[in-house]
Amino acid sequence: MEPASQVILQCEHLSRSFRRPDGSMYQVLGDVSFSVHENEFLVLFGPGQCGKTTLLKLLAGLDRPDGGTVKMNGQPVAAPAPSRGVVYQTTALFPWMTVMGNVSFGPLAQGLSKEESRRRAQYFIDLVGLHGFENHYPNQLSGGMQQRVGIARAYCSNPQVLLMDEPFGHLDAQTRYMMEEELVRIWQEEKRTVIFVTNNIEEALYLADRLILLTDCPAVIRREYPIRLARPRDYVDPEFLHLRQEISRQMDPAQ
Amino acid sequence: MKRKKKYLWLSVLSVCAALGVWELVTDILQLMPSYMLPSPAAVVEAFIYKLTGGVNPDGATLWQHISTSLKIALGGYTAGVVIGVPLGIAMAWYKKVDLFVKPLFDLLRPVPPLAWIPLLILWFGIGYSAKVAVIFLSAMIACVVNSYAGIKQTRQVHIWVAQTFGASDLEILFRVAIPTAWPMIFTGLKTSLGSAWMALVAAELLASTSGLGYMIQMARQMGRADIIIVGMFVIGVIGSLMSGILDLLGKKFVHRGGSK
Ligand SMILES: Nc1ncnc2c1ncn2[C@@H]1O[C@H](COP(=O)(O)OP(=O)(O)OP(=O)(O)O)[C@@H](O)[C@H]1O
Ligand SMILES: [Mg+2]
Repeated sequence: MEPASQVILQCEHLSRSFRRPDGSMYQVLGDVSFSVHENEFLVLFGPGQCGKTTLLKLLAGLDRPDGGTVKMNGQPVAAPAPSRGVVYQTTALFPWMTVMGNVSFGPLAQGLSKEESRRRAQYFIDLVGLHGFENHYPNQLSGGMQQRVGIARAYCSNPQVLLMDEPFGHLDAQTRYMMEEELVRIWQEEKRTVIFVTNNIEEALYLADRLILLTDCPAVIRREYPIRLARPRDYVDPEFLHLRQEISRQMDPAQ
Repeated sequence: MKRKKKYLWLSVLSVCAALGVWELVTDILQLMPSYMLPSPAAVVEAFIYKLTGGVNPDGATLWQHISTSLKIALGGYTAGVVIGVPLGIAMAWYKKVDLFVKPLFDLLRPVPPLAWIPLLILWFGIGYSAKVAVIFLSAMIACVVNSYAGIKQTRQVHIWVAQTFGASDLEILFRVAIPTAWPMIFTGLKTSLGSAWMALVAAELLASTSGLGYMIQMARQMGRADIIIVGMFVIGVIGSLMSGILDLLGKKFVHRGGSK
């Protein structure tokens, strides 16, 4: 799949440091620059603790960089906005709201009428395969179902860009494969620009149009790979395995 | 459930044993003189007498005492909740309110509400107002503390979620922070009801012309242990009735999602 040429989100020379408890600073993001094109599925792939969540928060506008800029449609990002939906690493559903309440939260906050919000929410609940679970509370759902709600909720405020932070990181392998397949189906049905963070190479290769390989802390971009495998992809396809091997070799700190 | 039923006899046994010992030391062995510990039968008799309109030895029927006490307790409690809960929420949500109120609050909090009584009597006399003020103070403090703690439990990621959806600060307060805090706020409502009731009885012991606390205080002066025990019993029953009603309300209104 060839990415559309229109750049939608762009970050230039992003850096971010945190203060350690002892007062010294340590840098989490080095100097990160990349652009994302419309309707592209971009995967940010990096080792654990390398600063992936930190980077995604900067893109979302939930945190400010020490240096560099994030621009969306040419405008600097200064605060979180509904045009950039986020699916979080841990379950971030509101436990006191039903599935319907959670998914319709976004449109309601944006001032849509109750009926319209519910109608939209119902569409995305159906899309993620949770028809019939509208009145369940999050603690009555499995981990995989909770992340489906998270995806529906992010979609429901009609964002241009979806930021996903290891949404399947806590799921067992079986559920994870299924959710990856589901995500590709949902994305093909409702095309959006997706920036997906993961530390799982299989997942990265299964999903990505383009894969950005991040280094260990402080994270900088090591390499970029366009992934031109046909969808739906096969985990044991020779080309898939070849790419997997090559990227794994790149990741090896001995190199 | 079954288990509970199976061992119900144990609970029944303990109550019966206590009543038995009481009967033994009073009527049967007469170890205690009746002006110190009347027999169970005498207490029941006193209870029926007060319940059915007897005004001795304190000048009012049981129902009049109950109604005086309840009016004061509920009046002060309601005022304490209406002011304490929003204050606690505002302190937890708005840094400036916190900085403004916290020093005063920290100064007043360690003073037991009962220690206010002498000053309040000077200001309001021994009527209705002084006691309402004491109850108000004790209920308000518990409400502030619990609401504050509840709002502070709001998860950062939930605030982020709401922010990315474009919710305003006030929307986040009402749709995210307060729902998070609701179980704690409710705990505050319960604790403060309990402390309001206790403060009330104590206040009535010190300064009153009617009410349940006054009734048992008068009974002591008259040497009527039977009326004292009746009063204690009624105070206990009303206290647990009120907390039972709040529990029922809580089951109905506190969301299920976060509780498990
Ligand atoms: N607000 C913060 N204050 C201080 N240190 C932070 C903060 N946020 C992140 N860090 C630190 O930055 C480093 C990178 O964190 P980050 O969460 O971005 O990593 P990650 O790649 O998402 O990790 P994981 O794979 O476990 O999700 C960690 O060592 C973390 O402790
Ligand atoms: Mg992370």
